[in-house]
Amino acid sequence: MENFLLGDDLRTLPGDASLIEAGIIDSTGVLELVGFLERTYGLRIADHELVPENLDSIDRVVRFVESKRSASASG
Amino acid sequence: MRRVDEVSPDALEIDCEQVAAAIVSTLRHIVGRELRRQGAVLGLSGGIDSSVTAALCALAFGRERTVALLMPERESGETTLDLGLEVAEAIGIETVQEEITPILEAAGCYERRNDAVREVIPGFTAGWRWKIVLPPLLGSDAYRLYSIVAESPEGEQVTARLPAETYLAIVAATNFKQRVRKMLEYHHADRLNYAVVGTPNRLEYDQGFFVKIGDGAADVKPIAHLYKTQVYRLGAHLGIPEAVLARIPTTDTYSLPQTQDEFYFSLPYEKLDLCLYAHNHALPPESVAGSVGLSPADVARVFHDIEQKRRATRYLHLPPLLLGPVPEVPGTAAVTD
Repeated sequence: MENFLLGDDLRTLPGDASLIEAGIIDSTGVLELVGFLERTYGLRIADHELVPENLDSIDRVVRFVESKRSASASG
Repeated sequence: MRRVDEVSPDALEIDCEQVAAAIVSTLRHIVGRELRRQGAVLGLSGGIDSSVTAALCALAFGRERTVALLMPERESGETTLDLGLEVAEAIGIETVQEEITPILEAAGCYERRNDAVREVIPGFTAGWRWKIVLPPLLGSDAYRLYSIVAESPEGEQVTARLPAETYLAIVAATNFKQRVRKMLEYHHADRLNYAVVGTPNRLEYDQGFFVKIGDGAADVKPIAHLYKTQVYRLGAHLGIPEAVLARIPTTDTYSLPQTQDEFYFSLPYEKLDLCLYAHNHALPPESVAGSVGLSPADVARVFHDIEQKRRATRYLHLPPLLLGPVPEVPGTAAVTD
């Protein structure tokens, strides 16, 4: 998030705020976010998972990564 | 139920003679009085926008004070140069040909870009043809991430999603093309004491479809307020050759054929123009859905994409920002925290 919030205070961003609507990330930012999640958590995010429900707030990203990791742990 | 006024294609109809006359008059004033320059230099690609702008410049400054630069490189479309020449001949303006491949090679444009492409397609060589594409906008709320489509010399096609760093590296390298062209436009403008005239239409200008300090740079942009549909109307009125009027807008940046709506815009320009018009007039998706043959939900997606592109490209429109006031220089303002 430091990349996206350069000059802003992370603490002021509510966990449920839309990252796109708040202007925090754009289409390149989504690319960066997906690459970061894949590298950091060893995930493979499929095209159909690239939806706002999974990625458009910090809370959603946390939930998505947790569900992916628990799915891969149980699989 | 509230009745919604329909936006029909007629909404973009213009009185071509009146519009052309107004542009010519204002252009002459801006270049002569505001910019204190004596003519116009512009890049002529053989596309509709630069062709119409060239014709307007010829009317504003005279054919002898309008210089069109033709700047092909080794990956330009096969018809680009011929179309540019045909347009210049039809308008009757001087052309200067600048083959920019050696400059691009010296800057490492092709090499840097090919190195970046090889990060996702290891077997990629100069013999491959390729392009960058976006998935369709319609019918889905999924994020649209760029992919590369590459075709080997044997005809094998590979598609791969682009990581952010690879995408940025490719764009940064290919942007050399627009920036080298602009550098040459300013060279000739300096030499002649002319203004550099930019050629974006409203869609391109509004949606940030340009390279900063590349095709985004200019002293004046005479058709940036006109929807692309209107630019075509004006082109027909000004006698632009049929081959240009009939040509599908391309990026002319990648070696596989690529339309502008595949790379950047969400719809063909005729439909996107109407959606943009409706959105600019604060009309709801239902007002234009019938005219563009889309569901209101898809039009809402187009509106959302328009706003998203405006946000993402705001930085491209900004001049260098100052941290303190310099009131002696008009048009500058300082940014405060």
